[in-house]
Amino acid sequence: MKALAARRHHRLAPVVLLLLALLTTGGVYAALAPSTANAETVSTADIETGKKLFQANCATCHGANAEGTDGVPSLVGVGAASVDFQVSTGRMPMQMNGPQARAKPRQFDDADTAALAAYVASLGAGPAIPTDDQVDAAQGDAANGMALFRTNCAMCHNAVGAGGALSEGKFAPALWDTSERNIYQAMLTGPQSMPVFNDANITPDEKRDIVAFLVEQREGSAGGNALGSLGPVSEGLWAFAIGLGLLIGAAVWIGAKSS
Amino acid sequence: MSTATHDTQREAPAKPTTTVGKAADYLDQRTSIGVAVKEFARKVFPDHWSFMLGEIALFSFVVLIISGFFLTMFFEPSMALTRYEGEHPASMHGELMSVAFASTLDMSFEVRGGLLMRQIHHWSALIFMASIVVHMMRVFFTGAFRKPREINWIVGLLLMILGLAAGFTGYSLPDDVLSGNGLRITDGVVKSIPLLGSFLSYLIFGGEFPGHHIVPRLFTLHIFVVPGILLALIALHLFLMVLQKHTQYPGGGRTDTNVVGYPALPVYVAKMTGNFFLVFGVLALMGATMAINNVWNYGPYDPSPVSAGAQPDWYMLFLEGSLRLMPGQGTEWVIFGYTLSWNILIPAVVVPGLLFTFLFVYPFIEAKVTKDDREHHVLDRPRNRPARTGLGVAFLTAFIVLALAGSNDLIATHFGLSINAITWVFRILLFVGPVFAYSVTRRICLGLQRKDRELVLHGHESGRIVRFANGEYIEVHTPLDEQERWLRVNYDSPAPLEIAPKTDARGVKRKGYASDKRWQRLSRFFYEDRVEPVTPAEVAAAHSHGEHDQLGESDERPAVEAGAGTTSREH
Repeated sequence: MKALAARRHHRLAPVVLLLLALLTTGGVYAALAPSTANAETVSTADIETGKKLFQANCATCHGANAEGTDGVPSLVGVGAASVDFQVSTGRMPMQMNGPQARAKPRQFDDADTAALAAYVASLGAGPAIPTDDQVDAAQGDAANGMALFRTNCAMCHNAVGAGGALSEGKFAPALWDTSERNIYQAMLTGPQSMPVFNDANITPDEKRDIVAFLVEQREGSAGGNALGSLGPVSEGLWAFAIGLGLLIGAAVWIGAKSS
Repeated sequence: MSTATHDTQREAPAKPTTTVGKAADYLDQRTSIGVAVKEFARKVFPDHWSFMLGEIALFSFVVLIISGFFLTMFFEPSMALTRYEGEHPASMHGELMSVAFASTLDMSFEVRGGLLMRQIHHWSALIFMASIVVHMMRVFFTGAFRKPREINWIVGLLLMILGLAAGFTGYSLPDDVLSGNGLRITDGVVKSIPLLGSFLSYLIFGGEFPGHHIVPRLFTLHIFVVPGILLALIALHLFLMVLQKHTQYPGGGRTDTNVVGYPALPVYVAKMTGNFFLVFGVLALMGATMAINNVWNYGPYDPSPVSAGAQPDWYMLFLEGSLRLMPGQGTEWVIFGYTLSWNILIPAVVVPGLLFTFLFVYPFIEAKVTKDDREHHVLDRPRNRPARTGLGVAFLTAFIVLALAGSNDLIATHFGLSINAITWVFRILLFVGPVFAYSVTRRICLGLQRKDRELVLHGHESGRIVRFANGEYIEVHTPLDEQERWLRVNYDSPAPLEIAPKTDARGVKRKGYASDKRWQRLSRFFYEDRVEPVTPAEVAAAHSHGEHDQLGESDERPAVEAGAGTTSREH
């Protein structure tokens, strides 16, 4: 202790103290602060808020008690994960009728989304919002994820998740910008045309492997610009636009010389 | 002076002094190569940028050979199963795959420069086919396939088909999911051939698809058989080009009996060398900066998965599109227990068959309906052959519609459209589009020809308006110079065939009349509507009553016939 006491008048002591204080405060806050997306931390107050939000924003289509109306699904038993996915990606509230609800800037902040999710979850048991641990790409096995993705997802979402077309204007969206939590939730709840991959079908660990594979794809290609990873059609387009374009330009240039 | 006893009238050539000169002299004394060099160095080639399109194809083929040679050193054409031990890419580590796929990954991630070489090779293949197609378009639209070059047109077509074969066999080698899907479609197409289908499929794959033989077989085809024939035919293609001399664009002083241009040495050798380095440079740049066919994205082949956006390389896209457009329901007939799959036979065998047949027979059909057996060395301006230009554009329209149909899923996602609607639009466009394109193109050509007539007869509009003393206004036209006029009047405008009457003088039916009649009908389709080139007499006539065009300089002309030459447009 003596050594410590001897240095308390050091001119850097206040800086060190300040850093320590900040670290402690931050650490304690991080440990104690409620994770808004976590279904276990909901209170009855949240459910009440959620109900009010629901009645103001969702009931027109989904019915006053989320029982569904003609052509609009009931939300009883869809679970918090489904609400969180639909609302946090901006798909709900839906902008307009169309082949499918499109992602758009989200309309509710984290707290309101959590409240809505808590309300819908209270109507009937359904998949809960995954924990941060469950969607942590660092813990997943990308190789296994790819094998699973190839057999279960690639036929709609393209081999590396660049998206693809479905019938009648519906489509499987590109997954480049989808958050890890949303990817997991989509598998769990099967939004719109997507099938549900429940935990018996693809286990939570396997889901995390898939998330890890998709996150790995965001690093780009070792070969250079990935050209959207869309496959041979975009490669052909660029072969004409850049390759043949440059070469014909060069031919015109050479042809113009000396003649 | 000379010590030679039997060659006194010629001065002894000066002894070469430079190293290069000495080396050349050494070689010449032993091989007389100087004769060949002189011949080639003085050979004249006409100058135009579009004559370099075939060169681009040739040089990308050279790049293909060089990069392909590198790749063969690391590729193992085996379908034996192995576990990938490499660390990169992480998503492939520990996966079960064929040795072919593993060696592709290995050459991409472990071999220094391997991925660069693979990408250069693949981009070169795309550019090779693209430049062949563009070169063919140049040849077609300018009529360079006419006598004496019909044979070289056929050789060129064979080169294109071999290019397709080379592309297809190479695309299938890495044994990834995408190329395996391509092979699966090939298997389906082969099996759709009536009676022989299943036997052929077993023959090709050495048993049930996919088997263990296809990759080594394709490898032999890809690195030996196809490029061997390609090389031989390229040599023939170039030999015929040199032998028949290059065609030239029309212009003053250029005729079917001369070649106007520059000598091979130094002009064309320099230009060709420059072009080669540019082609190599562009291909290397593409290989270095743009990822192509990242097979590890698709994973090792397994017959069950197909990913969205699974398409062949662009030159095969028309076949993919043809398959995608064909309705499936009700097109499979079962006859005595045998299935006849029209849904594959029509799009994958009949449609490409029709397209290629058109290309093969066109030069001969055109020669026949034109009754043309003259040698041609001066090219046509596309507008002067409206029917040919129209047919060419119609063909391209069909090809492009099919290629777009092969990309229908990407069109749907990128333009927010319904894939079903797109498919129906393309189904209709495949039939309506070419007809529409033919008609519009031909009309545009005829319009341009009339514009040419107008120009030749009355000259350029100068924008100068002159008022005469009597109040009449005219615009002064500047006459065309000799070169401009030459270009616009020196072309043939063939008339439809005239055939002998149905019966001879004694009223006996003539043999072959029915066939003649059919050819005449086809000939009318080609040449019924036409614009004749301006004759010298017409020019003279136009000038005699259009004096003011030249004399407009002095603004005080007495009135002459105004609006001169709004006549003489027969069509």
